[in-house]
Amino acid sequence: MAEWINTLLQGVLLGGLYSLFATGLALSFGVMRMINIAHGDFAILAAFAAIAVVEPLGLSPWMTLLVIVPLMGGFGYVLQRLVLNRTLGHDILPPLLVTFGLSIMIQNLLLVSFSADTRSLNVGELGTASVLLGGDVAVGVLPLIIMAVAVGVLVGLQWLFSATSLGRAFRAASDDREAAQLMGINNRHIYGVAMALAMAIVAIAGIFLAIRANISPADGPARLLYAFEAVIIGGLGSLWGTLAGGVILGVAQSIGLKADPGWGILAGHLAFLAVLVVRPNGLFARTRDR
Amino acid sequence: MSLLEAQGVTAFYGDFQALYGIDLTVEEGETVAVIGSNGAGKSSFLRALIGLQVAARDSVRLDGQAIGGLPAHQVVGLGLALVPEGRRLFPSLTVEENLLIGAYAGRPGPWNLARLYALFPILEERRHSPGTALSGGQQQMVAIGRALMSNPRLLLCDELSLGLAPIIIRDIYAALPGIKAEGTSVLVVEQDVGQAMRVADRLYCFQEGRVSLAGRPDELTREQISLAYFGI
Amino acid sequence: MMNLPLPKIERNTRASQMGLLLAVLLLLAAVSAPWWAERSSQRLLTEFLYTLALAQMWNLLAGYGGLLSVGQQAYIGLGGYCLVVLGLQYGIHPFLIVPLAGLVTALVAIPTAAVLFRLRGAYFAVGTWVVAEVFRLLVANTASVGGGSGTSITKTVSGMPAWWRESTTLWMALALGAGATLAVYLLLRSRHGLALTAVRDSEPAAESLGISVPRMKWFVYLVSAAGCGMVGALIFITKLRIAPEAAFSMDWSATMFFVVIIGGIGTIEGPIIGTVVFFFLREYLSDFGSWYLIVLGAVAVAFMLWMPRGIWGFVASRFDLHFFPVQRRIRGLD
Repeated sequence: MAEWINTLLQGVLLGGLYSLFATGLALSFGVMRMINIAHGDFAILAAFAAIAVVEPLGLSPWMTLLVIVPLMGGFGYVLQRLVLNRTLGHDILPPLLVTFGLSIMIQNLLLVSFSADTRSLNVGELGTASVLLGGDVAVGVLPLIIMAVAVGVLVGLQWLFSATSLGRAFRAASDDREAAQLMGINNRHIYGVAMALAMAIVAIAGIFLAIRANISPADGPARLLYAFEAVIIGGLGSLWGTLAGGVILGVAQSIGLKADPGWGILAGHLAFLAVLVVRPNGLFARTRDR
Repeated sequence: MSLLEAQGVTAFYGDFQALYGIDLTVEEGETVAVIGSNGAGKSSFLRALIGLQVAARDSVRLDGQAIGGLPAHQVVGLGLALVPEGRRLFPSLTVEENLLIGAYAGRPGPWNLARLYALFPILEERRHSPGTALSGGQQQMVAIGRALMSNPRLLLCDELSLGLAPIIIRDIYAALPGIKAEGTSVLVVEQDVGQAMRVADRLYCFQEGRVSLAGRPDELTREQISLAYFGI
Repeated sequence: MMNLPLPKIERNTRASQMGLLLAVLLLLAAVSAPWWAERSSQRLLTEFLYTLALAQMWNLLAGYGGLLSVGQQAYIGLGGYCLVVLGLQYGIHPFLIVPLAGLVTALVAIPTAAVLFRLRGAYFAVGTWVVAEVFRLLVANTASVGGGSGTSITKTVSGMPAWWRESTTLWMALALGAGATLAVYLLLRSRHGLALTAVRDSEPAAESLGISVPRMKWFVYLVSAAGCGMVGALIFITKLRIAPEAAFSMDWSATMFFVVIIGGIGTIEGPIIGTVVFFFLREYLSDFGSWYLIVLGAVAVAFMLWMPRGIWGFVASRFDLHFFPVQRRIRGLD
């Protein structure tokens, strides 16, 4: 019995990590109506960047967050303004294909720079420490931290969207690009800021992933799929929905893995497809799909 | 120096020419009306002024500064604001948030939430409703308020009366004196000729992309206006 | 009252007549290749032809059906695994399996489409990817078809003399490559083609004209799935070994998208040109390993940003050239 509770809890906390991946994706889709195929690859890029600076700069993995996250944010702003803004318009093809091309480029650039070996960020004891909750039930400290960060990010975004001028601008630009311009909103700049934010969040996710597990250059696409699934399960337009989606995905994967090692990821995909069949708008959808 | 000076403004939609060199001025403190039938180019003209449509740099001057061709968000920062045709409130924002977003450009001036709620009291009651849950007339008030929040020198209004009942239209236009009192000049595009003549200090009539008539309402005869409007 | 002559609706242009001649000559050369070309050239030609077939299928989906898919590898892999099940386990002749694979994949595509069509636009695209992953994982977890490490399929072709095997492979590839091109061409010349173009241009307008948009999408999706399935079976006849990683690899989608975008999406000539460019680049850059892929990705991004209609899109609009004329021109009104 305790085993199953442990599995469940592991799944829930895994959901925290997935939620971090999903939130960045949801943000860029919410504001720019653009799915970034390279989303997962950017996370891996951030992780490898962190790995690359850990030794030369003598930083602890936690410190890399302070360095890499703002850098990735800046990179996101530049990328959006120089490249991705050109793809926005009525056609869905250009942003998808440009980001697809970017995904291939990033994966192979990482391959060339770091080889296909897996790497990770070492946090020592914390990586395997766990907290006993009673009986035989225990949860990892690291997963707890990640979940806390995920929730924190969501709280922050919620505040940003509802209480700040920037958040209002995001919502306005997402509703009606042209009318937003009439408010004095520079859409190109706003999209840049949104992407910067999404990149920063995905960088956090990537670094935590590298702390939690081994990563390799080709791991990006899988993360995109999980992020995407979490967003769809949770429902478009709902920030907290992405947390719910992430958790459901994490639990499905956890249970699947427990049943049979080859079924972990598959169980997640099947849960996604099931939600798609039964509740195509997701569980907490708030926006109309355009 | 006029507040707004438009000289030879042309506009194209692809190969189709909508405006053939419009000359128009608005003096400080004036209310100017532009009338004309559908497709005469009135909305295109407003769009060209605000920067949603490309215009030649020198063809539009605000307070003497050439603003033609500048992107809309910059033009708003310089002191023009447009109440767009069809209101176009933001569905994801409440009434109050719609008003607040109007102040995004951060221009100083007399307009703020309090003054707007004084001008349109009904909005204060519905401030937390989603923008689109209001009646047509109330949405029009929000749209006007939203544009005023950017403290424009000149307020451009595109077809305020569209889709609204006559009594509501009257209420909307009743707010104009209040707007004028704060020093904001107004340029209204209107299909309702009677309403336009009632509020305007000066009137222009567009026909097929050209100015067909200009003058003070009390100096223009019905025949003149009919000729300018319909071309017959 | 003057009697105006009825305008004629014409499709052929001088370029298309030249193109027809060229096509016939190339076809003759290809069919006779087993008798005059070297083994390695034949293999390259086979690969060229099946890549062309895949590109036409992707183009049909995305360029004409408006359905962007990054998961067609689901059907390529499935087609390949038909060889394992129907060939290894049921002993059916491999070249018979190719058309059968098309049938199997079309059948599988039916429930798949039912689920996928709940998504639209970019979401649909990622959804197709998820489906491909599901297929991959299901196959990898099935020990009877070789599980994660795959299986060899040489047994299905053993007993066939090498020359016959290679030649028939080439002819099948020709049938698929030229056939796909021809099929798309004929489709677009037909009433259905006009409907497809209408759907692509404006769904609401098409609906208002009585065109069933959902039906068109279903049709295009099933045809594309069947095409990819058949090509998948053929591909693994040439490779003789199949594993889930390779069968359901994203590389297939990347290739299809690259070829079509560079060549010119929404045109029939485009995939042909794109395949040529693709093989050309591969010849000269494959020595550079990962850099080859980086360059490929960069080229695709560059095209999407600055020449989104591809090489043929650019040429066709500049010179008003159409080798496969599907536009209807009205003569008699000029």
